[in-house]
Amino acid sequence: MTGVEQIAEYVIAGLLVFGGIFAVIGSFGLLKLPQMMQRLHAPTKAATLGVGSALIASMIYFLVFEGKISWHELLITLFLFLTAPITATFIAKAQMHRTLTKDDVPPTGVGTEWATFDPNVTSVDPYLLNDRDPV
Amino acid sequence: MLHRLFPHPLLTVLLVLTWMLLVNQIKLGSLVMAMILGTAIPLLTAPYWPNRPIVKRIPAFAAYLLLVIWDIIIANIQVAKIILFMRAGDIKSAWIPVPIDLKTPEAITMLAGTITMTPGTVTADMSACGRVLLIHSLHAPDPDAIRDDIKARYEARLKRIFE
Repeated sequence: MTGVEQIAEYVIAGLLVFGGIFAVIGSFGLLKLPQMMQRLHAPTKAATLGVGSALIASMIYFLVFEGKISWHELLITLFLFLTAPITATFIAKAQMHRTLTKDDVPPTGVGTEWATFDPNVTSVDPYLLNDRDPV
Repeated sequence: MLHRLFPHPLLTVLLVLTWMLLVNQIKLGSLVMAMILGTAIPLLTAPYWPNRPIVKRIPAFAAYLLLVIWDIIIANIQVAKIILFMRAGDIKSAWIPVPIDLKTPEAITMLAGTITMTPGTVTADMSACGRVLLIHSLHAPDPDAIRDDIKARYEARLKRIFE
């Protein structure tokens, strides 16, 4: 085993342990935090770094030991960043529908209700799209 | 003509890149397949997405992505600290309404996603008129500071990129 491979092994092992610790903290947060909305914070944040470290470790492994650059990890990162916020928003909305009323959250301050508590919402205000010309 | 063939040029580029990353190797055959998908999918989906987002400053967009990745790392460590070292009773969670000036739906989506991924905040809802975001903060001793931070750090940059 060459020196480079040995250093790479230590780096990969370190990243995996680091990522594992953050994944455990994220799961521990689910157990510890008392409110549903608080529990939502643990997996959206702490787990991201856990997955990220594992992906970087995987990239280094393929680069050093297989001699090729692996791009799948970048895609996993992209998909993770696309799906994590949407899932979190869905869970938050489900939670609002199930256990909260509009008196539990602060007012919007602009006269209209939050979309979740407004029975009349069917589509977004057209003001959002007015600035752009159709193609 | 070119416009009709590629209704969303950025989407085409993104699809070609994604396909090349998926097959994990640079070969002519994969590139042809990527070009076919990159042409067909925007054409098929164009009727459902008539207004394409315009990224006006691509370097600023790249800088924004780097900033967000850095903030995600910081956010992870902050949330981990709160989970590990604060007693559950001491965590002051709060709902914060954040008025937004952005009007481009894609920019608002990016802002909402950024808020969810970064320091102790999750986007929960939007006002029916689309002008205010409802944010839940894990630990907010000073909710106004968090609101101002989001507006200055992320929204101002997105406004420069998209509007």
